[in-house]
Amino acid sequence: MSILVNKNTRVICQGITGSGGGAFHTKGCLDYGTKMVGGTSPGKGGTKDTNGLPVFNTVDQAVRATGADATMIFVPPPFAADAICEAAAAGIKLIVAITEGIPVLDMVKAKKFLADFGDSVRLVGPNCPGVITPGECKIGIMPGYIHTPAQKGKRSVGIVSRSGTLTYEAVWQTSELGWSQSTCVGIGGDPVKGMDFIDVLALFQADPLTDAIVMIGEIGGAAEEAAAAYVKKNVTKPVIGFIAGRTAPPGKRMGHAGAIISGGEGTAESKISVMREAGIRVADSPADIGKSLRESTGG
Amino acid sequence: MKIHEYQARDLLAKAGIPVPAARVVSTADQAATAFEENGFPLQVVKAQVFAGGRGKAGFVKLVKSAAEARAAADFMLTNRMVSVQTGPEGIAVKKILIAGAVDIAHEYYLGFVLDRDRSTVSMIASAEGGVEIETIAHQRPEAIIKEPLHPALGMQSFQARRTALALGFSGKQANIVADILLKLARFFIDYDCSIAEINPLVLTKDGKILAIDAKVNFDDNALFRHPDVLALKDDAETDALEIRAAAANLNYIKLDGDIACLVNGAGLAMATMDVIELHGGKPANFLDVGGGVKAEGAIEAFRIILSDQKVRGILVNIFGGIARCDLIAEALIQAGREVGFKVPVVVRLEGTNVEKAREILAAAQPELPTLQVAGDLNDAAKKIVSATR
Repeated sequence: MSILVNKNTRVICQGITGSGGGAFHTKGCLDYGTKMVGGTSPGKGGTKDTNGLPVFNTVDQAVRATGADATMIFVPPPFAADAICEAAAAGIKLIVAITEGIPVLDMVKAKKFLADFGDSVRLVGPNCPGVITPGECKIGIMPGYIHTPAQKGKRSVGIVSRSGTLTYEAVWQTSELGWSQSTCVGIGGDPVKGMDFIDVLALFQADPLTDAIVMIGEIGGAAEEAAAAYVKKNVTKPVIGFIAGRTAPPGKRMGHAGAIISGGEGTAESKISVMREAGIRVADSPADIGKSLRESTGG
Repeated sequence: MKIHEYQARDLLAKAGIPVPAARVVSTADQAATAFEENGFPLQVVKAQVFAGGRGKAGFVKLVKSAAEARAAADFMLTNRMVSVQTGPEGIAVKKILIAGAVDIAHEYYLGFVLDRDRSTVSMIASAEGGVEIETIAHQRPEAIIKEPLHPALGMQSFQARRTALALGFSGKQANIVADILLKLARFFIDYDCSIAEINPLVLTKDGKILAIDAKVNFDDNALFRHPDVLALKDDAETDALEIRAAAANLNYIKLDGDIACLVNGAGLAMATMDVIELHGGKPANFLDVGGGVKAEGAIEAFRIILSDQKVRGILVNIFGGIARCDLIAEALIQAGREVGFKVPVVVRLEGTNVEKAREILAAAQPELPTLQVAGDLNDAAKKIVSATR
């Protein structure tokens, strides 16, 4: 088992012909073995993309023709929130929004739109690397080869993170340690987003394949503090953490739209201390994520 | 994006929010004329800079005559303002606001911010205005009134009315304050703000309600649909290297340490700064070159970090996903040839095409003697810290 995606997940790409990454990463996902079944590009319906996948004008048409249940969004920022709503309305169950730079008030409205669908539609992102269940399904921009598919004799770690490259770092270290990854979920660096730590932690806790969880946060907001409280109450599996931005100056946006300490809120120190109180093993150095996993699981 | 107080006042006035008469000037003579034209017996002269701490630095002054206005403006325009927020070198003042001073009976705070926990915009108000809202929030949280806005409908009239009443207003004044709240909420949404606050909103001794100072920031991601806001941008207080980096699509923030770093990805870039400090060094910058970085961008990145005179060493940390390690290695060598690496450079590469990258670096070693290749991130940080000691 795994969470969110598996070998049966049928994926379309919204913005499949675009130079914003849609064309390039559709090929990357196909090469990895993801069941990519088509894509959308308004005005280009009826054509094929460079991989021979059918292109549709609307998500609704794509879903009816291909039976897709997941989407990967590369639509440019001004139109991306609309693309998220379109996917939900068309019956897509998992929406992975890679696009970076969506106006935050657009996301506020899109989240309200998604709320009507309850738990039947899940949004990951935006501004995220995507979701991968190694060996089965990759939706996003992460390099597939660093991941280790679940197999007999290997324990599996689930990874949830606000940062792309730091996720790769954690994947790399846990693979080197001899672990596999059940699923890795990049929840993204924006202040208003879809799934948050708690939503993913709940899925990992319930997933029989996942033996331990790595949670990577960063400065800004209070999602890590909320997640720590959730872990204390609901998670019995070992949780390893890392928080980026201990040295970040207050009031400066550190690359991600959501990575900012404002009014003394959202500091790394606060997050780390709350997480440690909740029993999460927080690594001091990003190079020690694998080591912390070994120490808290005995191997 | 930030705008100046006088620009925020203009925008709020256009949105129908009452602000006292004021003029913006850029010379001492104009300041004297503005005092006459404003026609108030007591006026306030304020330097228009982004940095806080103006009052303490002497860059906000009450004046009673055109001559005093001229003298105050002359002082502000010919001296650099130094405060806790500016650094010791201070900043130059180019524009000055001169406004009528009012007889204050009470100060309030009204503001709207993005509420991350609720994924919407929330109103924050307090009857204890005039100080920083964070201070009130920490010391007297019960003095804060909060109203989350409906994500699609915005602020409702009943929310504005009950806030005005909770602030202690009644009758006609309550209606005026409720109207200001609705207009400020509308303004926040229409302009894609990230913060819109009036602090203080004052009740004058003769019963008028006026917005005395305003702070407005905008969502950078939404500027594409607000060309009028973009036109207000003032880079005068932005670090020159940060401006140059932005032009090259690089995410660079200058810090005060001496070990520069060049990283792909914002989270990894922050973590790289952290690991430098963990091993006893001080990061000179945050730099995320992005996932799709090309040779040209990487070379410009090296030029930028090497323009910082304080830099005594560079840590390159690339986890190649979309960014290819061999491309970074080539850019590194090209940059070394172009600008010369007089300082130690430690490189840690992992991911896509890392073998090829290591070969490229090994071949260039004789040409770039200050270059070292590290195993993992801890090793890289140790090496650069000890090389710069």
